[in-house]
Amino acid sequence: MFESFDKSDPGRTLSFTYAGKSISAKPGMSVAAALLTHGVTAFRGTPVSGAARGPFCMMGACYDCLVLIDGVTVQACLTPVHEGLVVERVPITSEDA
Amino acid sequence: MHPDFDIIIIGAGPAGMSAAIEAAKHGASVCILDEQASGGGQIYRNVSNSKQDQVDILGKDYLAGRQYVDGLRHDRILHRAGVTVWKVDKAGTVVFSDAGRAEQIRGRHIILASGAMERAVPLPGWTLPGVLTAGAAQILMKSGSIVTRDAVLVGSGPLLYLVATQLLAAGAAPKALVETQTRRDLIAALPHLAKALRDWKQLFKGVRMIAALKWAGVPRFKAASDIAIEGEENAEAVRFRAGGKDHCIDTNIVLLHQGVVPNTQISRSLGLEHHYDHTQRCFHPVIDEFGQASHPMFSIAGDGAGIGGAKVAALSGRICALNALARIKKISGGERDKRVRRLETSKRTELSIRPFLDTLYPPPQSVLLPQDETIICRCEEVTAGDIRRYAKLGCKGPNQTKSFGRSGMGPCQGRFCGLTVTEILAAETGETQDAVGSYRIRAPLKPVTLAELAALAETNEKEAAE
Ligand SMILES: Cc1cc2nc3c(=O)[nH]c(=O)nc-3n(C[C@H](O)[C@H](O)[C@H](O)COP(=O)(O)OP(=O)(O)OC[C@H]3O[C@@H](n4cnc5c(N)ncnc54)[C@H](O)[C@@H]3O)c2cc1C
Ligand code: FES
Repeated sequence: MFESFDKSDPGRTLSFTYAGKSISAKPGMSVAAALLTHGVTAFRGTPVSGAARGPFCMMGACYDCLVLIDGVTVQACLTPVHEGLVVERVPITSEDA
Repeated sequence: MHPDFDIIIIGAGPAGMSAAIEAAKHGASVCILDEQASGGGQIYRNVSNSKQDQVDILGKDYLAGRQYVDGLRHDRILHRAGVTVWKVDKAGTVVFSDAGRAEQIRGRHIILASGAMERAVPLPGWTLPGVLTAGAAQILMKSGSIVTRDAVLVGSGPLLYLVATQLLAAGAAPKALVETQTRRDLIAALPHLAKALRDWKQLFKGVRMIAALKWAGVPRFKAASDIAIEGEENAEAVRFRAGGKDHCIDTNIVLLHQGVVPNTQISRSLGLEHHYDHTQRCFHPVIDEFGQASHPMFSIAGDGAGIGGAKVAALSGRICALNALARIKKISGGERDKRVRRLETSKRTELSIRPFLDTLYPPPQSVLLPQDETIICRCEEVTAGDIRRYAKLGCKGPNQTKSFGRSGMGPCQGRFCGLTVTEILAAETGETQDAVGSYRIRAPLKPVTLAELAALAETNEKEAAE
């Protein structure tokens, strides 16, 4: 389980959507970190076999955390959350575009 | 195009930050670029924004990073945060993307300080969601105030203990540590102990971490072998052998670690010389005592030049800055030599623990040369057996594997499979790792969009026309 230990002002949260579901997060978190605290560990399927993949390195090296934002494939671990962000799963075929 | 800066530094970890501070002190104009939202690198990630509860958990070594981040606030230092460098050339041009927009700058000398990344740990099941690196768990603590509860840590090395004790401090004691170092490794490391004692404080810190885990009752399994992670859609359990028995521990989070290796994407893309280091089991760029690489435009500082840890990184950053300053004639060669000599002595002391650690916590054979069914290229799902098959068909080097299959051709560009492919081919062909070589790396070092490339081409045309 991924759990927040941030005891600062609980009022300071923002929300974004992932695959249509609303997700709350603290400012400064990455999209990947926010999804993990909501129990989402599988972000995408591989283009070869469709096997589930999720964040592995959290530092921008593995590319297993790819998600789709505004039509562009980005690394969720390097993308900070902001209010109203719309995050989608990447279609399985087009991720090394 | 005229140089925009005297010195451009890639990477704002302890190496890059101290290089920037040293260079600015001697009158050079500096641009320091880093992908992270704030300065700090891996060890001091997010330190300038950390909250008290994070500092309590991460310890005072972490807090020490604030002095460097503060030092970047200097008239002559421009810190570009949140930018990814994806191309560097020998004329001193550095191309990077800032929020989807490409830009380029030129420097008179470039210092590469892009640090290290964790070694790949190809085990059965390591690609399952819920399996992360130990460093990833630490990044979650540093940047997200998030802990992994009931995690099982698997592997070996100082960072494994550090992350375990940090989790302990956060009230999220790991469920177990499954460690791969053996008694034989300990015996091999003993001859290096006397030298390591020169840095007794560091050794003592290690002993204290292990004692803390023992006190807290965290089970430690040593000399574990036959490790496999099981699960369907997510990790569910870790299976292994230790102490002559089979074990299975249920967990949804597995944290892997087998030490860190230099991130050589940029130095290799430039075709700089590298050699295989048999103690650290990875490639190091070739540098001289001043950090000078095999091309006059580049110096290489920090863990990107060979693993030495944060203090060595900071010292080598200063050494590279002095080298750069002498190259661009801001200081004399004599002054460089005099100043470097003093830093070199401290660096040697800081490095004295390394042979002991490197020998005590080596990556096990099962990680260097995984069994056939294990996936080694996460992106394209190529297995160790596939690489062995290519070798039997006549494949001699990592670049050739690409004509047999797609290993190293996914978005991570071989960052995680590169070393494994080299090791397997070396073992199969009987050649040395140096002879086998590593993947050729080409810009862009990170996937960039066509729009970014087009925008950059446009600015280049405009500049050429002016
Ligand atoms: C995940 C991880 C966690 C670690 N945690 C610790 C720890 O807690 N304690 C400890 O003693 N050691 C830790 N280490 C070991 C660490 O390598 C050294 O202690 C130290 O951080 C090395 O300093 P450095 O300046 O050489 O590199 P780093 O600190 O790694 O800094 C390199 C910087 O370069 C940037 N960079 C790399 N490529 C690019 C690019 N193409 N474009 C833009 N920026 C780029 C990175 O974002 C990074 O900030 C960790 C290593 C890793 C990989
Ligand atoms: S988790 Fe590895 S790149 Fe994002």
